[in-house]
Amino acid sequence: MTCVHLLLTLVFAVSLGTPVEIQRPRGVPLTKKQFYVENKPFTCLDGSRAIPFDRVNDDYCDCKDGSDEPGTAACPNGSFHCTNAGYRPMFIPSSRINDGICDCCDTTDEYNSGAKCENTCKELGRKEREVLQKMAEITKEGFLLKQHLIEEAKKGQQEKKSKVTDMQGNKKQLDEKVEVLRTVKETAEQPEKEAKERHLKAWEEQKAAIRLEKDKAKMAEAFFVSVSELQSHAELDADADGTLTETEAQGLMGGAEQVDTSTFESVWPNIKDKYHSEVSREEADMSCLPEEPAPVETPPDEVKEPVVVNDSEPYPEDDISEEEDEDDEDEDDYHEDDDKVSAPPTIKAPEKSHEDEEAMPPYDADTQALIDAAQKARDDFEEAEKALREMDDQIRNIEKELSFDFGPDAEFTYLYSQCYELTTSEYIYRLCPFNRISQKPKYGGSETNLGTWGSWSGPENNKYLLMKYEHGTGCWQGPNRSTTVKLTCGKETVVTSTSEPSRCEYLMEFTTPAVCQEPANTDLSPHDHEEL
Amino acid sequence: MAASCDSLLPLILLLCLSAQAVDRSNFKTCDQSAFCKHQRELKPGQSPYRALLDTLELSDSRLTLQLINDNNKVRLLLELYRLQGNMTRVKINELKPLKPRYEVPDVLISDPITEALSVVAQDENSLVLSLGGKDQRLIVSAQPFRLDIVEGPQVLMSLNSRGLLAFEHLRARKDTASHTGKEEDKPGMWEETFKSHTDSKPNGPSSISLDFSLPGVEHVYGIPEHADTLKLKNTDGSDPYRLYNLDVFQYELHNPMALYGAVPVLISHSTDRTMGIFWLNAAETWVDISSNTAGKVRVIPQTDVRWISESGLIDVFIMLGPKPADVFTQYASLTGTQSFPPLSALAYHQCRWNYNDQEDVKTVDQGFDEHDIPYDFIWLDIEHADGKRYFTWDPSNFPQPKEMLQGLMDKRRKLVAIVDPHIRVDSGYKIHNEIRSKNFYVKNKDGGDYEGWCWPGNSGYPDFTNPEMRAWWASQFAYDQYEGSMENQYIWNDMNEPSVFNGPEVTMHKDALHGVWEHRDVHNLYGLYVQKATADGLILRSGGVQRPFVLTRAFFAGSQRYGAVWTGDNAAEWGHLKISIPMCLSLGLVGISFCGADVGGFFKHPSAELLVRWYQVGAYQPFFRAHAHIDTPRREPWLFGPENTALIREAIRQRYALLPYWYQLFYNTHRTGQPVMRPLWVEYPDDVATFSIEDEYLIGKDLLVHPVTDEGATGVTAYLPGKGEVMCFSTLNGFLSLPSLKYFLWVSHIPVFQRGGSIICRKDRVRRSSSCMENDPYTLYVAPSSQGSAEGELYIDDFHTFSFEVAKQFVHRHLSFSANTLSSRNLAPDSQFSTASWIEKIVIFGGSQPSSVTLKNADGTESALEFEFGSTLAVLTLRKPGVNAAADWTVVLR
Repeated sequence: MTCVHLLLTLVFAVSLGTPVEIQRPRGVPLTKKQFYVENKPFTCLDGSRAIPFDRVNDDYCDCKDGSDEPGTAACPNGSFHCTNAGYRPMFIPSSRINDGICDCCDTTDEYNSGAKCENTCKELGRKEREVLQKMAEITKEGFLLKQHLIEEAKKGQQEKKSKVTDMQGNKKQLDEKVEVLRTVKETAEQPEKEAKERHLKAWEEQKAAIRLEKDKAKMAEAFFVSVSELQSHAELDADADGTLTETEAQGLMGGAEQVDTSTFESVWPNIKDKYHSEVSREEADMSCLPEEPAPVETPPDEVKEPVVVNDSEPYPEDDISEEEDEDDEDEDDYHEDDDKVSAPPTIKAPEKSHEDEEAMPPYDADTQALIDAAQKARDDFEEAEKALREMDDQIRNIEKELSFDFGPDAEFTYLYSQCYELTTSEYIYRLCPFNRISQKPKYGGSETNLGTWGSWSGPENNKYLLMKYEHGTGCWQGPNRSTTVKLTCGKETVVTSTSEPSRCEYLMEFTTPAVCQEPANTDLSPHDHEEL
Repeated sequence: MAASCDSLLPLILLLCLSAQAVDRSNFKTCDQSAFCKHQRELKPGQSPYRALLDTLELSDSRLTLQLINDNNKVRLLLELYRLQGNMTRVKINELKPLKPRYEVPDVLISDPITEALSVVAQDENSLVLSLGGKDQRLIVSAQPFRLDIVEGPQVLMSLNSRGLLAFEHLRARKDTASHTGKEEDKPGMWEETFKSHTDSKPNGPSSISLDFSLPGVEHVYGIPEHADTLKLKNTDGSDPYRLYNLDVFQYELHNPMALYGAVPVLISHSTDRTMGIFWLNAAETWVDISSNTAGKVRVIPQTDVRWISESGLIDVFIMLGPKPADVFTQYASLTGTQSFPPLSALAYHQCRWNYNDQEDVKTVDQGFDEHDIPYDFIWLDIEHADGKRYFTWDPSNFPQPKEMLQGLMDKRRKLVAIVDPHIRVDSGYKIHNEIRSKNFYVKNKDGGDYEGWCWPGNSGYPDFTNPEMRAWWASQFAYDQYEGSMENQYIWNDMNEPSVFNGPEVTMHKDALHGVWEHRDVHNLYGLYVQKATADGLILRSGGVQRPFVLTRAFFAGSQRYGAVWTGDNAAEWGHLKISIPMCLSLGLVGISFCGADVGGFFKHPSAELLVRWYQVGAYQPFFRAHAHIDTPRREPWLFGPENTALIREAIRQRYALLPYWYQLFYNTHRTGQPVMRPLWVEYPDDVATFSIEDEYLIGKDLLVHPVTDEGATGVTAYLPGKGEVMCFSTLNGFLSLPSLKYFLWVSHIPVFQRGGSIICRKDRVRRSSSCMENDPYTLYVAPSSQGSAEGELYIDDFHTFSFEVAKQFVHRHLSFSANTLSSRNLAPDSQFSTASWIEKIVIFGGSQPSSVTLKNADGTESALEFEFGSTLAVLTLRKPGVNAAADWTVVLR
């Protein structure tokens, strides 16, 4: 039987070199000493009942709130106070008293279990002070850095705001300019169009006349055709079996063996579409020219994605999961080839395209002048429009940046459009705050999106301690990857660790001066942590 | 880990991607298993077998008789034994087999003790044998051959009464010289293909079958493992129940498909009698159950059972009861009892595939302390090993295993690491090299080392049927062999069906060779051997001092001797929570008491409600472990909000408070074979209403549990048997005595009831781990019966060594309450053990307020005890008797 007779304990606290003895029941904090008066009935701290004082710490739970057994494990809801002189006082659940495990650094929780505990308070106190001191230094310096960050951010923000204002003014001018130029362009294009149409019409008429004459000349060349003569023209073969039989030839010639000029006029329309003169047939055999001009690739539009400052490696829009590694590489190769092909656009002379037709004659000087004028108006307009678009993009980007929640004092602004990497044994992790997080195998392989910027998700009292990145690459049979970034105060801005506590849910630790709190002015002397 | 399935082999990927539920096409139906199909084509009718009574030989212990099949003139040898404890053994083998047929070794704990059989009557067509007292007779009918076991005028059981005895004798192939050419070949006799796998069947057909009729029986149970009801179903319109240890990915509920383990034991029960049939055969086995009452009313009930096995011989133990407890005793006398686990193994286990690294282990360990939730074991799954090379540690995630184990030991906690039986084929791996050089691997049909795919990739499978191999395996757990291991590390054997990802039905080829025997013969035994060798290893490493703890997924009859089993890879679904009850009850009926299901469900992500409910169920099942698949979000008890954390904490704390009761029950089952988790009918065998109940159960005989297993449930309707003997025992603090009612609606707590007439000992000072509570005092909860009496037991020892057995170092007390006197009496006067534990409180329900309470000590001294009486609930609390838990004492209420 384990009866605990030790009701009282002597607590020595060393302070200013003078030992002080304080008597109170085991496990009672100094602040509650007055409730435990020797030889007077003890009233449970919840007031539920009073018991004789010898039932305090008698290893039987009498009070519902556990207050009669501060120094034993008898009450399921009790707590034990260790003074831990030299370190920090603390409460432990009663169930940890005499359980064979040293919980209090002053060993007071294990007074009857046989556990061999050593008093480690001094050591712990020393270590803690060291850590606190270090922390204090870091916090101090970090806080200073934070002030700079805030200043810069505010300055930057002001600049950006005024820049936006300026740009919006400029934009207005540009808008007007674009409209003016549009009118100019449209005004110039009307006469151009009319002149061009005139020119084209004249040429069409000319072409028709030429064609008629050519037709006649060809017929004359073909004339005096006999069946046998016609048979040499395999191109006229009606059943396309490769030979023009006598019967077929006769058929073409209206059943006659030979024809004269007058009858030939009626035969000619049957054969003229297919007929090749000896000369033109040779040309056709030798020519490898395509019938239509090769499509000419028009140079890509000059509009570019807005360039993000300092982000030299733009991310691909879509993430490709690891399973598709190989396909991915293939695709890369393919794109490269594409680029090579499209690099120098080959332009072929359009005149060679059609043997039958002669090139359109150049515009006359008047027309050309109108075209040149219109072209200039178009160029001017397009240039102005492009400038406007670019300005729009710039304004949008700045406005987007300004819309982010960069903290109460904008102290997180500096993280925007930056990226921070951590290399582990297997992967390179990359955190681009307010943008996204990725993981790339160290030894090749494609990148995995661990989440794009979601929101601040710290506790209510300071939501800026955690960042949440969501909707990353999907997991097999699982959720999309996501990452929580835990921010701690540090002088440097560094990713210190990453882990995957749960499948596809990552945790990243990140230090930044931006979360450093203003250091308390009080001096961190050990005495503050010691109870008297 | 970023990789999910892509780092695994393509084959596993295929497996993983197959579907959300089981891919049935991976597993055979009876029709796809040639022998089952052929055997099942045989319909009941006149048996071609005839007993040749003139060949009778009778010795004191054994009767032999030849049987002849009149169709092919092949002779069989029938052996009959009367076994001590009211059992009959029936063995049938070929009289002269071409080669020996496999007889299952290592399952019976010893040669069963026989008793004299005597012929009491005989005529030309029958023989009557006496089975001893109570007018029990065994009648052998010659033509057609059948056996009837009768008691007086009543037939208890008949064998071959439906003429389904079928014994495929070994024969030479048609194309060989010795083939006699009498019988026709059927497809699948000499070769059989399933999916892409061909079974070469070099020995040809060898299956066996026998039918049993049970007149008067409507309820049969047992033959685990199936995800099905407690009461076995009629299989007339479906496949038979299959017993073939298989790794079934995402198994389905309510069907007769085989699962990870097999115990070929069937229990029948009626108000008249409980009996058992133990079909000792380790080959693939199918069991047909046919009941004449299915869909009918008012007929004399009868259940017919037919066993079909692919090879081996017929070796059946008929356990004649008559009471449930007798059947358990009888079966325990054959295959042994549940190993007595160290106390901590009965506490709460925290598992996950996988705790990522040492830091993770430390953080989880601290999490339990921060949230004041007790636990004893943290578990490491396959990722802890270096490239799935078991017996090693991943060098980057677990570089200092001893440091980690020491950290746990400092908290009086323990760890389980997985050691699976597939061994990575890797010349840089010591374990593999040794097994290969010692020629300990299972061989393929051509004599080379059998190789298959499993977690590590290409793997070998040690031949655990070889005793030398097992001895070597056991030696590998020595602290100097298993580097980084310590005494607070225990072992988990998974995948020991064995699981072979690219094998037929995800297991080993049947024509693989274990010495001279085919895998076909030994399949269901493999997992038992793995666990046995591992448990032996843990005993060995401690010099025979410490009790081992080994968890297994595959099992067979007798596996109870080696540790715990769990119901494999279940899912976070309400149906899976519900089925955990009949699954563990079925195992308990056939000797395996240490059973549990993954709390929370292995696959998928449980809702907070499901997780809480599962903790509440798990706290009241023998093996209590939370586990989760690697792809599921974390689910440590504190991740579901403070309210759910509190509910889970409460469930786990109830488990810890009741550990003395659990421990005493395990001691009891270790001694007697009585199950820990019991269907109601076991304790109320005359109450027909209990026979099909599987949503509530008993722990021992004194606690009745009706867990909540329905989503959104605000109450349960519990059936309270025994006429008002049961009272509520739900929370650590609240009690409610009930009128003699049948139903009770519960709201948010765990519906647990203490039987009136019982005394239960608890340790209400719940601490961080069970080890921390070893010396804590006990509180006795006395629930008197309507006659005002109650009794209970208290068992105490050192909680982890064999001293209780080898040195009788334990305390075993009988506590009884009657006529207002409660006393503690020694149940084991020849034992001795001193405990620091004492009696801190006695709580008596349902009495009246006494005027005084006196404690009488063994030395005759007396003292008055203070007490409190709560009149609303009529609860009397005696304050601090203070007597040592091992002492004699009496408390008198006046």
